[in-house]
Amino acid sequence: MDPLDLDRMSVRDVNRSLRELRAGDEVTVLNPMGRHNLAVGLDNDVTVRIAGPAGYYVGGLGKRATVVVDGPAGWGVGENLMSGLVRVRGNASQSAAASAHGGTIVVDGDASLRAAISLKGATVAIAGDVGAYCGFLAQAGTVLIGGDAGPHLGDSLYEAVIYVAGRVRGLGTDARIEELTETDVKTVTDLVDRYGFDHVDPRNVTRVASARQLYHFDTHAHDAY
Amino acid sequence: MSENYTFNPDVLGEIRERARLGRYPIRGMGARRAVPNFDDLLLLTASASRYPLEGYRERCATRTVLGERNAREPVVLDIPITIAGMSFGSLSAQAKEALGRAASEVGTSTTTGDGGMTPEERRSSKTLVYQCLPSRYGFNPDDLRAADAVEIVLGQGAKPGGGGMLLGQKVGARVAAMRTLPEGVDQRSASRHPDWTGPDDLRIKIEELREATDWRVPIYVKVGATRTFHDVRLAVAAGADVVVVDGMQGGTGATQDAFIEHTGIPTLAAVRQAADALAGNDHVKLIASGGIRSGADVAKALALGADAVSLGVGALIALGCNDTEYDGPDGTRGDARPGYAALGMAPGSCVACHTGGCPVGVATQDPALSTRLDPVEGGRRVANYLRALAMETTMLARACGKADVHHLEPEDLVALTVEAAAMARVPLAGTDWIPGREGR
Amino acid sequence: MCGIVGLHLRDDALRPRLGALLRGMLCQVSERGPDSAGIAVYGDDSLAPVGQATVSLLGTDPSEVAMEGVTVASRGDVTLVSAPVPTEVLATRVAAALPHAVIVGRGPGLAILKGVGHPVTLADRFGLDTVTGYQAVAHTRMATESAVTAAHCHPFSVEDGVCLVHNGSFANHATIRRELIGDGVAFDSDNDSEVGARFLAHRLAAGDDVEKGLRRLCERFDGFYTLLVSTADSFAVVRDAIACKPALIAETDRWVAMASEYRALATLPGVEGARVFEPEPEEVYSWTR
Repeated sequence: MDPLDLDRMSVRDVNRSLRELRAGDEVTVLNPMGRHNLAVGLDNDVTVRIAGPAGYYVGGLGKRATVVVDGPAGWGVGENLMSGLVRVRGNASQSAAASAHGGTIVVDGDASLRAAISLKGATVAIAGDVGAYCGFLAQAGTVLIGGDAGPHLGDSLYEAVIYVAGRVRGLGTDARIEELTETDVKTVTDLVDRYGFDHVDPRNVTRVASARQLYHFDTHAHDAY
Repeated sequence: MSENYTFNPDVLGEIRERARLGRYPIRGMGARRAVPNFDDLLLLTASASRYPLEGYRERCATRTVLGERNAREPVVLDIPITIAGMSFGSLSAQAKEALGRAASEVGTSTTTGDGGMTPEERRSSKTLVYQCLPSRYGFNPDDLRAADAVEIVLGQGAKPGGGGMLLGQKVGARVAAMRTLPEGVDQRSASRHPDWTGPDDLRIKIEELREATDWRVPIYVKVGATRTFHDVRLAVAAGADVVVVDGMQGGTGATQDAFIEHTGIPTLAAVRQAADALAGNDHVKLIASGGIRSGADVAKALALGADAVSLGVGALIALGCNDTEYDGPDGTRGDARPGYAALGMAPGSCVACHTGGCPVGVATQDPALSTRLDPVEGGRRVANYLRALAMETTMLARACGKADVHHLEPEDLVALTVEAAAMARVPLAGTDWIPGREGR
Repeated sequence: MCGIVGLHLRDDALRPRLGALLRGMLCQVSERGPDSAGIAVYGDDSLAPVGQATVSLLGTDPSEVAMEGVTVASRGDVTLVSAPVPTEVLATRVAAALPHAVIVGRGPGLAILKGVGHPVTLADRFGLDTVTGYQAVAHTRMATESAVTAAHCHPFSVEDGVCLVHNGSFANHATIRRELIGDGVAFDSDNDSEVGARFLAHRLAAGDDVEKGLRRLCERFDGFYTLLVSTADSFAVVRDAIACKPALIAETDRWVAMASEYRALATLPGVEGARVFEPEPEEVYSWTR
């Protein structure tokens, strides 16, 4: 397919063209220059390569599609993703993969604050470091952090599980470190192999999950609320 | 000895409740305290200086169009009275279906809530508004595209600035699955959206939702009424097609009592401030909600500047909330009183929505209780109620000489109290005095 | 809520292009603040002559400036008055001669341009493309609670050579304003960001440096904020504890830039090779010439 050039087309026209692609199509979007809402709401088996930096919500609200950003991404990359893959070959800003229900969000660089906030089932793999409050209120899904995790990791977690290859600067309320099982090692191994996170040793990651102390409103846990 | 005003029996009860629980009381419904409301306003209907329109004969339009600013398919309603967002989870599936049936029958919209859209609700609702809330429970692009409008919720009148707390009793298997939560946990919902803060970022969020829906449907922004003037202006700056302003009398399924009674401003005051903020923006529409009960309330809200109203509690009451009886099999009626007693409540003043033990099947996930509401019968009652409200509204508008309910204006109103006059900025009845107006 | 951009040049060869580069950045954040904009420029000889003090004024025009020994320039609605005297001396003289004017900027080599309207239109009206210098900051405003006037625009420059711009909203500014008024501080507007600027100026006057003053600001203010503070020789960024408003910093051998969004950095020369990062909450980042 001919590339779609944002120097000559509006975001609205580019997104409309992307929605009209047929299964199996591959297309490159040129000159993104950090524009917002690129490739949002896709619902087909297509591959979209964003040739440069993307702004807020790139690949958000998507299903089935593969969206690759060759550069950094703004807030909420892959937010509310349902299925498919959103991959950032650079750093991701805040709230990466927010509320994502399914599919996979991969960040080859670092992710900023509140990555995987309110995660609802998606898989999130970040090669580098994450900022504070990663996994805040995450309900379901898997998060792999290849680097270090900032403070308040996994605050108010529900059933999502976080693996950290590097250092954990601090756990959030109700998060705890648990023993690694063979199932965990297999999960991490699969991600490491699939996304080429060669720097991560699946047997040497820290598993963080919910201590489930906040599952039932406890009158004496006031400080935790 | 007379009763202590400050430490009256109600207050004593509240202190004892806190002493027992060691936490704040949580309950359902809206503010119970007396605040200035639409009863404090009167309509100046026609006489000699103006002529009324003939009731039942001369036309008084109620058609309401929302979202023409950007949407390819604006929401077109037969009446300016809509059903507010209430979640499946807080309400039973039967209650949600009944509301959808009622709204469809009278040509208006209903709204999803925290927890997403159910197929029953989509099927039964001709026009369905899909809420995008901070929690994003069950939010997904398929339902987004299946909706007739999207409502981004910043807050609600019962708890502006607060998150949610749905107690575990109501998180049954279906609710838990829809919200991706373990069954039976007390769920803590966020007070801010996870991926944006502030109106500058909201602008980008709104654009995202438009892109994902191909600019087909209107985007509403709902705010709990506090700093209403500024909030409405910012919602417009962010690109909202419709602003929903929910006053402090607005209901809730489960919120801390301190929030319900002590935050926000009355709907009456909020509507006027919101209308001021929208002055000169004719393409952005205003929906007022919070304690709307009657066609008189509707007419007064429209006169103050609303384009439509939204109601929650009123519709639930029509469904059977707080009634002594419920829908039994084959048209029979069951006695709900023992159910209220079991909750420590009485029909007429029950606020136990949060417990999930609703004895009339409205605010419950208990399979045995929820069948106490017949979606068809309940829907019929709500439709009747909405029709009655619409008829009252047109009756009053005609009496003011208006051929369209949207032609009602603030000059059609006077106030009974100084407080209401000051908030609504209409004259005290029998005077031309508007408190606070310069030069008077 | 707003958009912020700032550029601090390390390579003097870029000085002639400062305004053009800033214009490119400003246009990319205009949607974040479409109602008004303001710009601070350090080192443009035609606006603020080297070695002199300059005050930037709103509410007047060059024909009204009947003062001895000053040079006058104007851009858009802003009148710039310069003289080879200390800043406070010039500011006092200007206040006496033009009591109806509002002083929106003061300092050696510092010019502040502000106006109501779309930021891109304003950039043209200010002739931003031709502006030169070594450091500049710009702000586009989406007013939250206070009025949309030129005086409400950022940057707030209330201390010799110091400018502050803010994206976000403070939640306890009214009390701090009262405290500052109690200490004899006067305000030009009801803008919450001006309280931040006055607080910082107050701390600087009490002997804090910019970094310490900003740390105290973080301790005292509630709310959401990304702040960019510039002085004649420095450039500093700080965010609130929750880091609720966006901010990016990019650094190369030739320049340091800060912006609300990456798209504002995307046109800078050599950005591909820049070190780009997001400032951590409540950490003060600063660069000095």
